[in-house]
Order: sequence, then structure tokens, then C-alpha cells
Amino acid sequence: MAEKVLMKGNEAMAEAALRAGCRFFFGYPITPQTELAAYMSKRMPKVGGTYLQAESEVAAINMVYGASAAGARVMTSSSSPGISLKGEGISYMAGCDLPGVIVNVQRGGPGLGGIQPSQSDYWQATRATGHGDFQIMVYAPSTVQEMADYAYLAFEKADEYRIPVMILADGLLGQMMEPVVLPDSLDLEDLPAKPWATRGHKNERPHNIADSLYLTPDALEGLNVERFQRYDVIKRNEQRAETFLTEDADIVLVAFGASARIARSAVVEARSRGIRAGLVRPITLWPFPTDALEAVMGTAKAFLSVEMNMGQMVDDVRLASNGRVPVEFFGRTGGIIPTPVEVLEVIERINQQTSEKAGA
Amino acid sequence: MRNVQAVLAGFGGQGVLFAGKIMAAAALIEDREVSWLPSYGPEMRGGTANCSVCIGDDPIGSPLVLAPNVLIAMNQPSLDKFAASVQPGGIVVVDSTLVPDIPVIDGVNVFPVAATALAEENGYKGLANMILVGKAWAESQFCSEETLQAAVKKCVPAKRIEKLPMNLAALKLGIDA
Repeated sequence: MAEKVLMKGNEAMAEAALRAGCRFFFGYPITPQTELAAYMSKRMPKVGGTYLQAESEVAAINMVYGASAAGARVMTSSSSPGISLKGEGISYMAGCDLPGVIVNVQRGGPGLGGIQPSQSDYWQATRATGHGDFQIMVYAPSTVQEMADYAYLAFEKADEYRIPVMILADGLLGQMMEPVVLPDSLDLEDLPAKPWATRGHKNERPHNIADSLYLTPDALEGLNVERFQRYDVIKRNEQRAETFLTEDADIVLVAFGASARIARSAVVEARSRGIRAGLVRPITLWPFPTDALEAVMGTAKAFLSVEMNMGQMVDDVRLASNGRVPVEFFGRTGGIIPTPVEVLEVIERINQQTSEKAGA
Repeated sequence: MRNVQAVLAGFGGQGVLFAGKIMAAAALIEDREVSWLPSYGPEMRGGTANCSVCIGDDPIGSPLVLAPNVLIAMNQPSLDKFAASVQPGGIVVVDSTLVPDIPVIDGVNVFPVAATALAEENGYKGLANMILVGKAWAESQFCSEETLQAAVKKCVPAKRIEKLPMNLAALKLGIDA
């Protein structure tokens, strides 16, 4: 096995991207993601790629669009306000069926907000990264190891489904160091062929176009329907979640990314106090891992969504539950990181309520 | 001490983040669970800096340490800020050259070390951080001494390799302090 090294989450994502064959990076500095761009600026020239600090986030995402259309593995990264600026470009990429990897190391919002960790871009990532009928795939790593693993996988999935893929991290994960085993470097020769890429047809084939403008309603509807059929395949095949002590759990916490780490600590503490708590940790936020929630639907007496926002993923938990199991929410926002103690208090309160209900 | 929840705090430039990295690197060498989290933001520019280091046998939950069992304080504001949060039975290592007002904390062992003065007297200017890490290790034994030295070797960058002997010597000064 490769050597374990200590790395910041931001740097681990950058190194994993290079190893996945990413040879173009376009970005713009913003706290707390800047280490990713800084790392790329040092390493990218050494692997023969292009690192470019664009004049703005809008420019950077359109450079991603261009490099992707030309068939390259390409990445951009930013933090919350910068991702909003990229929204238009991401929509265009979705409309052109272009792959690409976008990293959001979230900070508190709205507006310029703060620079401390947050998960308040869940809705943006899963519902409306930009205008129009489209989804992007969203991975939510919870450790530095997963930041490397899913940054690496994101390129594969982006190419497989011709879809933009987002890594939704946050300032806590981006800034922290943990041991990580980096994936092996892929040989660019082994990457999948992209017959749709606009690299020049040399009069040997019809020309390719990467375009999202379709003025004929029938044509546009046809493309949207086809794209959503592909989304159905993704929903069936690409859901990922980790479960922890859910088999006999009365109270099932649902948490992703950094807040899942805190939720896990709270579950361990609740168990030590005799409360049957468990955790479902969505790793893909879109597709949302409804299968993992479905698996506990028969035994769970309550869900508790723990987030670093005012309550966003809780919508997806409610949709999955569809009224069958009550859904509660606990969150902190503005850059505050919830503590296991405060999550435990909520678990104890819910446990009290469900026990009373069972006794009545 | 098997489970370490450490906060290392001081002014930017004193090397508290680097000192935290030494602890984290030592934990990695012994294949423990470990996390290192810096404070980040505008407060780092000329102001105070701190980092959290967690070492344990179970996966680390929150990497942000709110109640440390090891506190290394390199200036007065840092000690004032974190002293009350130290767990009972925990240790506090303070640079007494720079921190005039060192309180007695119930249930906590406070170790004043004149690290900045010691460093300067021995020609290790700027290595007070290593002295304090050495002392914190001596009082908590969070890894083997051999591992601690190996961690320093791992963390001193190749282009500053000439500084390695001084770093190790400063560490030893702290261990014996």
C-alpha cells in the first residue's frame, strides 16, 4: 500500500485530481479554498498541465467549459460566493453535456457571509447550481481521505455520464490535515476516448459542436428528456452512503461532510447512555441516497438531520420519509461548528418523546 | 496520555502551527487516528494563531478542540482565552518569558517554561515552540521519544535541513526542562 501522508483537505483534492489525469485548472482565490489553487499552481506545471488564475470566477468556469469541450479532464474550485458566480457556466456545461469537476469549499452565507465553515450551499448544489432543467452529481466527503478519493472518482463519473460533478466540502475539511493514502496516477493514454470532443475533425468526420442553444422547442425538450433519462440511471447506480449502528436504531441521524463527524461522536455518546441511535451519512447528495434511508424506514422511530445550515438536506430526508417517520432538524450556521454535546441533547429530547409515545 | 486533545496558541510567526504539525506527524508515525486544524482568517495576519490537534484510537469526530487536555500557550491572550477550557487532569505548558500572568487552575497542572529565554540563551532563536512541544511531550508521553524525534525530522522541510539539529536540540531542552 502507498504511504500515508499528512495533508490538508484542499491539497489532497488537488493532488488526487492530478492523479486522475486533470491537466487543466482554472480558478480564482477565495478563503477557505485557496490552498487548492496554490497547490495546483506549484504542481500542475510539473505534470505538463495548465494552471491559470483567471480574472474572475465567471472567466474560470468558462475556461473549464472550453477545456472540457476539447476533451480534457479539467477542474475549478472556489468557495460559496464564487460558486454562485460560476452558476451560469455550470448550467451551460450541463446544457452541453460536458464533464468537469467543480469544488466548493463552503463558507457561511448568504452574500459575502463569513469565511468560517458552513454547509449552507446544499440547496444550491442539489437544486439550483444554475438556471434550467438540470442536475449535477454532488459528492460530500467527510475526511481528508475521502476528499482525495472522491475528487479522483469525480473525474471518472463526470466522463462516464458527461455531467458536471461537484465536490461539496467546507472550510473545516479543506483546512484540516489528516493522514491520507493517495490514489495511483492514471496514465492519460488510458483515459476513456471522447468522440464528442471538439478537437478538430480534419475532414474525417462530421464536426462536433458543444452548444446549449436550441431555439426549436421540440429539439430542446428532446434533449432535456434524454438527459433526465440519464439522470435516472445515475439515481439507480450512483447513490452512496455510509451507515453506522443503524440496524437497531430508534433514532437515525442523517448528516453529511463535517457535520457527520460530529453526529457520529454524538451517536457514540448516546449509545453509551443506552439510547439506540445510529447514523446514515449521505456521500452522494445528488443522487440523494434514498435507498439507505429506505433500509431503516421499518425500524427508525425518528430521523434527525444535523447540518451546518438552517435546514436544507432535511428537505430530502422528509421526501425520503414521505410522512412515514417523523423528521427533526438540528443545525448551526454562520460558521459555527456544532458540538457533539448539543447534538446529544437533541437526541435525548427526541428519545424521550418517542419513548413517551411508545408508552402511551 | 493516549487520547490527546491539544490546543497550541500564540502570535502568528511563533510557530504554533508547526509545533502542532510535529504532534500530528508523530501520531501518524505510530499509525494513530489524528487530525490537525488551524484557525484561519483575518486574525492570523499579525494577530493570534492557534491550532487543534486530536490524537486517539477511534476515528476523530470534530477536529476542533473546545476542551483541551493539552494546552500550549505562547502569549498572554492565548492563555487567557483557553485556560478556563482545559479539562480537569489536563496540562498547560506556558512560555513564561512572554506570559507574565500565569494563573493557578484547579485540577490542571500548569508548567511554566521560560522557552523564549532558554532558546535565546542557547542560540536557538525562534525555536521556543520546539522547547514547549518537548515539555508538553515530557508531561503527557503521547508517543515514544523516538517517534517525536522522527516527527521533527519529517516536518523540517528539505530546504531548511541545516536547521534540523537545532530543532532537535531545542526539543531536548524542553524535554529536560
